[in-house]
Amino acid sequence: MKSRVVDFVVGIFIIAALLALLFLAFRVSNLTNFGNGKYYKITAEFDNIGGLKIRAPVSVSGVKIGEVATISLDSNNYRALVSMRINARYNNLPIDTSANIFTQGILGSNYISLSPGFDEANLKAGSRIETTHSALVLENLIGQLIYSLKSDNDGSQKKKNEKGEGS
Amino acid sequence: MEFVFKIGRFGVTSCIRIGQSGFFLFRVIGQKPRWGQLLFLWIEQIYRVGVLSLIIILLSALFIGMVVALQGYHILEKFGATEELGQMLALTVLRELGPVITALLFVGRACSSLTAEIGLMRATQQLDCMEMMAVDPLWRVISPRFWAGIISLPLLTILFNVTAIYGGVLVGVDWLGVDSGTFWSNMQSAVNFRSDVFNGVIKSLVFAVVVTWIAVYQGFYAAPNSLGISRATTKTVVYSSLMILALDFALTALMMGGW
Repeated sequence: MKSRVVDFVVGIFIIAALLALLFLAFRVSNLTNFGNGKYYKITAEFDNIGGLKIRAPVSVSGVKIGEVATISLDSNNYRALVSMRINARYNNLPIDTSANIFTQGILGSNYISLSPGFDEANLKAGSRIETTHSALVLENLIGQLIYSLKSDNDGSQKKKNEKGEGS
Repeated sequence: MEFVFKIGRFGVTSCIRIGQSGFFLFRVIGQKPRWGQLLFLWIEQIYRVGVLSLIIILLSALFIGMVVALQGYHILEKFGATEELGQMLALTVLRELGPVITALLFVGRACSSLTAEIGLMRATQQLDCMEMMAVDPLWRVISPRFWAGIISLPLLTILFNVTAIYGGVLVGVDWLGVDSGTFWSNMQSAVNFRSDVFNGVIKSLVFAVVVTWIAVYQGFYAAPNSLGISRATTKTVVYSSLMILALDFALTALMMGGW
């Protein structure tokens, strides 16, 4: 009799642990988000993807509709080739949709935002987004800013010198 | 001169112990699987090692989840990022705290008693009696305890993870007022099943093998007297804890560093 009680308790222990694993899989991690296989893939080429990572969200008007699947380098023209998994529910994106890489907040991670165009035809599995805008790289912006400030300074100094010579 | 002899003696004995424990592990694993006869022994050992450890492990998990949520909330509040609390809690618990703390508690609760039990069997010559009756003590005594430990610790770790996350929910959502929806959705978007949940379980599986191995080895080769048993039990706890922490670093580097 006692051995049956032990068997029962051990059975409950193992079942509880397996249920807990299911809980971790479906409630805590993102196994279910795009796990049902109902998605289609589209690609886009960018000049610079900044800090974009695999599994970064793809959104339209801020609503998440998919995620970045793979990132690779096109060895012919040295542009970044990004393929995205888009949930099959959103299958009416026009073919002249454009893709932007934005940053969530100031220090946040990068994501792709799609802005739908006006064409009648829709994007299908495997089609490519033609219009893309690269990520804003902060260092480049600062570099440009410093460069323009410098050239401004040089220009004003030259003017001063010319003025000095003139007088 | 005497000092050099001592160092040499120490080196030789440590090498012998390491080799002996390796052979011991192979002999335990290499047992012919006689499932029908072993099943009831396994269940009894899983009950003693796993089920009886549940209360201490679940209680610690609850408090650890609560304290991680409380500390995390006050740190994240400084950056105005309290909605990231779920993500922080889940990743901390699943990757590090879950496997490591469960293993440390398991060593204290279950492995020490395994060593003491087997050591006392050795001291009272029960193991010798078994050999006299042509019953292999490795098969009858060691093997069920070894496998029960390996099965129990990952299961306990999974239960620890869930309880700790609910402890964090209790503090973060119910007490400190983080929004429940953002809490869970942030957690889901950050936690990856393969690289976070599954890697944590693999970690605890490795800990389980090492920790139970040390426990049964120390018990089996304990000096057959009361001093020997007490020293073996201490060694089990000390060595196992050190191995858990060192292996945790190595496994984390292996899993995250992408060697």
